[in-house]
Amino acid sequence: MRLSYPTSIKIIRVPCTGKVDIIHILRAFEKGADGVCVIGCMEGECHYKSGNFRARKHVEQAQKILDTIGIGGGRAQMYNLSAADGPLFAEHAQDIYDKIMALGPNPIKLKKHKAA
Amino acid sequence: MIVAEKKPVEEIIEFIKEDKKILILGCNECVTVCEAGGKKEVGILASTLRMYFLNQGKEVKIDEITLERQCDHEYLEEIRDVADTYDAIVSLACGVGVQFMAEKYHSVPIYPGVNTCFLGATEERGLWTERCQACGNCMLGITGGICPVSRCAKRLLNGPCGGSSKGKCEISKDIDCAWQLIIDRLKALGRLEDYEKVCSIKDWSTDRAGGPRKVVREDVQI
Repeated sequence: MRLSYPTSIKIIRVPCTGKVDIIHILRAFEKGADGVCVIGCMEGECHYKSGNFRARKHVEQAQKILDTIGIGGGRAQMYNLSAADGPLFAEHAQDIYDKIMALGPNPIKLKKHKAA
Repeated sequence: MIVAEKKPVEEIIEFIKEDKKILILGCNECVTVCEAGGKKEVGILASTLRMYFLNQGKEVKIDEITLERQCDHEYLEEIRDVADTYDAIVSLACGVGVQFMAEKYHSVPIYPGVNTCFLGATEERGLWTERCQACGNCMLGITGGICPVSRCAKRLLNGPCGGSSKGKCEISKDIDCAWQLIIDRLKALGRLEDYEKVCSIKDWSTDRAGGPRKVVREDVQI
């Protein structure tokens, strides 16, 4: 297929998106990530039954926290796709990239740089 | 167990906005089970506050510690050497833990990070319901193991009242009528004759109405 997606996206593999907790998403932002995108299996097709639903809840909770502290909840997103759907992965990757580019860099990263 | 809920972050920020070194102190007991103040929640709150202060351009050091319990001297002693080095401590323990901390460490302000709700059980993950009001005079033995003090909106000892409809309480369709549950349970136990017994006036002096309570057990005191 040789599909391309933005090179600034770093992939972290997890056994199931249900493993991704709020703290993992928050730590990524604390360390300077501009956005976090959790991509899970299609709804209803989780091997562990409810991992992707749990992940969605975690992402929603992280969004609320990020909104509260002025970082912007839109920087955390959740997508669902089939593991065999490469083109859709590339599409989602481009989508999150465009969203983050529109939001600009993580304000914390900028403040950290200024402090240093 | 004691059931608590997380306080809104904005409220916690209001407590500590002027401080420079803050400790977020979790508790490994009840608040861990009800996912309000355990190690995980300590991490989430600490991370949230770190990002908030960074975003405000403030340099604030936020540390995380989770104790086995905050309602026992021996565990609270574990932070004896460091407690005084903080400008503020946010305790994610129940009201008991927060108060015990404040009694023990006078020089540093202790702020609550959770709202303590009630004594309850985990019905399912994310759903906790009240089961006990700690009235100090348990009558579960005669009510088939269902407490009318905590589960009846009116605390009726001889129920149900006229507000019981199709097994539900008049205050909400989601709340079971405690007396309906008691009758059903006694019926299942073949002890319906217990329901006929009129419960005499309860001694409420052991309840909170009698002022702050204490339990003294000389047999276990050293």
